[in-house]
Amino acid sequence: MMNQNSTLAVDFAGVVLKNPVVLASGTCGFGQEYGKIFDIEKLGGLSLKGLTLHYRAGNDGIRIWETPSGIMNSVGLENPGVPHFAEHELPMLKDYHFAKIVNLGGHSVEDYVKAVEILNDYDFDILELNISCPNVKGGGMNFGVKTEIAREVVGKVRQICKHKLMIKLSPNAEDIVSLSQMCQAEGADAISLVNTFLAMAVDINKKKPVFDNGYAGLSGPAIKPIALRMVHQVCKAVSIPVMGLGGITTWEDAIEFIMAGATAVQVGTASFMKPDIALDIIDGMQEYMNRNKLRDLKEIRGIL
Amino acid sequence: MGKVLENKKVSKDFFLMKVEQKNQALMGQFYMLRAWEQYPVLSRPVSIYDRDDNTVTFLYKAVGKGTEIFSRLKKDDEIKIDGPYGNTFPYVEGRIALVGGGVGIAPLFYTAKELKKQNPESNITIYLGFSDEAVLTEEFKTVGDRIITNVGGFITDEINPEEYDAILTCGPLPMMRVLYEKGKDTKAEIYVSMENRMACGVGACLVCTCKTASGNKKVCKDGPVFPAKEVFYDESK
Ligand SMILES: Cc1cc2nc3c(=O)[nH]c(=O)nc-3n(C[C@H](O)[C@H](O)[C@H](O)COP(=O)(O)OP(=O)(O)OC[C@H]3O[C@@H](n4cnc5c(N)ncnc54)[C@H](O)[C@@H]3O)c2cc1C
Ligand SMILES: Cc1cc2nc3c(=O)[nH]c(=O)nc-3n(C[C@H](O)[C@H](O)[C@H](O)COP(=O)(O)O)c2cc1C
Ligand code: FES
Repeated sequence: MMNQNSTLAVDFAGVVLKNPVVLASGTCGFGQEYGKIFDIEKLGGLSLKGLTLHYRAGNDGIRIWETPSGIMNSVGLENPGVPHFAEHELPMLKDYHFAKIVNLGGHSVEDYVKAVEILNDYDFDILELNISCPNVKGGGMNFGVKTEIAREVVGKVRQICKHKLMIKLSPNAEDIVSLSQMCQAEGADAISLVNTFLAMAVDINKKKPVFDNGYAGLSGPAIKPIALRMVHQVCKAVSIPVMGLGGITTWEDAIEFIMAGATAVQVGTASFMKPDIALDIIDGMQEYMNRNKLRDLKEIRGIL
Repeated sequence: MGKVLENKKVSKDFFLMKVEQKNQALMGQFYMLRAWEQYPVLSRPVSIYDRDDNTVTFLYKAVGKGTEIFSRLKKDDEIKIDGPYGNTFPYVEGRIALVGGGVGIAPLFYTAKELKKQNPESNITIYLGFSDEAVLTEEFKTVGDRIITNVGGFITDEINPEEYDAILTCGPLPMMRVLYEKGKDTKAEIYVSMENRMACGVGACLVCTCKTASGNKKVCKDGPVFPAKEVFYDESK
């Protein structure tokens, strides 16, 4: 099927992706489960479950709620912690040849810095800094909303991080354009957006919010038009590469994000509809290129 | 992709759906079902009610959008069926009680069959609790030595855990908790099948996490069956 003259491969901040489709953090674990269900080697990359310096048990209560065309989640960054990940989960991916993206959240600048110092000694392709998880009380949200607060963590991490550094932006940011420009100015290699939108659901029988934390993160097709607009704005404002995500479910969605300026895309919630949906997206993009006689996605990237 | 062989109403809102699907599924496992394209976003986890090598039968209650779509499926319609997923009920022996509340009775049918097949000497009592209407009691009689039903009350009032070597249960959490409290100081080993909300169904998203005595567990992958004492542990200890 691969047309010799046409390639989906992209150079993403110096990391070569065999195609621009990456699974989004938190929706694919550390790859082991989907690896048993389909050939994850065909993916452009995997953004692994969000880590924090120490183990986190995650949130209590209901963690998932469906909305028309979307889902809300309140996992609360349940994860084994960076040291455990580096010794146990990361090595399980060593034989795969896709881009390995390590996603890191934190509750204080010190925690981010300590975690990065540990991760510096391990081999992977990109560090994706999650400054935007809306689930953790007093956590990620604070960093990602205000540009000047985010600057501190981005700047400090950049100084010590030995990997390619990609900052994952929150759509809840006060000013997503200034936030993205700050990331570029502080020396980030790339940007990914968007994380989930802060949202709410009420159980009218219990007369209480559905989620113990009150709010939760909305993702899925419901957010796609807003995510696309934000990716477009950010791509206009910075020159570093952007990984676009938010509700991407079909290859048409992925092409829209590329046209809006994204170098690559991530697929999250859609995998819950069909575990290997990302492979359908890759095939659909290749066929689109063949039909339109495109040799490289460059020809349509950022044309809007 | 599976094909619907039969989908029949067995009570006001319970349906039995038989799907053509080659499988080697085990008692207590479940499938992620989907009979639509993109919406609703999530597939629905449904337990195995019965199976053979070429078919799987599901017992489901129409409670919302997804199960309502299932209820409209006709013979020869296609349904996406991913699985089987999860662990199994343990192969217990001796005097066994299977206790189901509402649609929680679903996984107990095939479990009773299997346990009997594994050890015909075992004596199986099936307790079925319903809120307003008993369903499939005749069918359950064919797989259990004794059937006890309760409509409108508490099925847990009917059981004396002392009489059993093992109790396997599936149903509303409060029911399973009462059962555990009743039986925890007896010799009966008690196992519960959990029904936490799910998204991926395979262990990749952590939305189905259950806190247990030995740490967080994924209901979809480490469960759905757990020793009751793991789930209803005393957090203060
Ligand atoms: C491992 C497992 C096995 C299951 N086996 C069966 C089975 O054999 N037969 C069967 O009928 N059902 C079973 N269920 C429950 C079934 O998955 C839900 O009833 C179904 O997803 C509801 O979908 P819906 O679109 O019809 O309802 P929705 O419109 O999604 O919801 C309708 C109502 O049900 C509630 N609800 C939805 N999902 C759950 C849940 N997981 N737990 C508690 N409340 C929920 C909603 O809050 C809402 O009030 C199982 C669930 C799990 C996790
Ligand atoms: C269950 C779940 C868990 C998530 N966990 C993380 C996480 O740990 N770190 C992170 O940066 N984003 C996390 N996200 C956000 C996704 O990576 C993604 O940014 C968001 O869902 C939007 O994309 P989508 O609409 O394609 O899902 C999570 C999303 C979901 C649904
Ligand atoms: S449903 Fe995704 S981990 Fe259990």
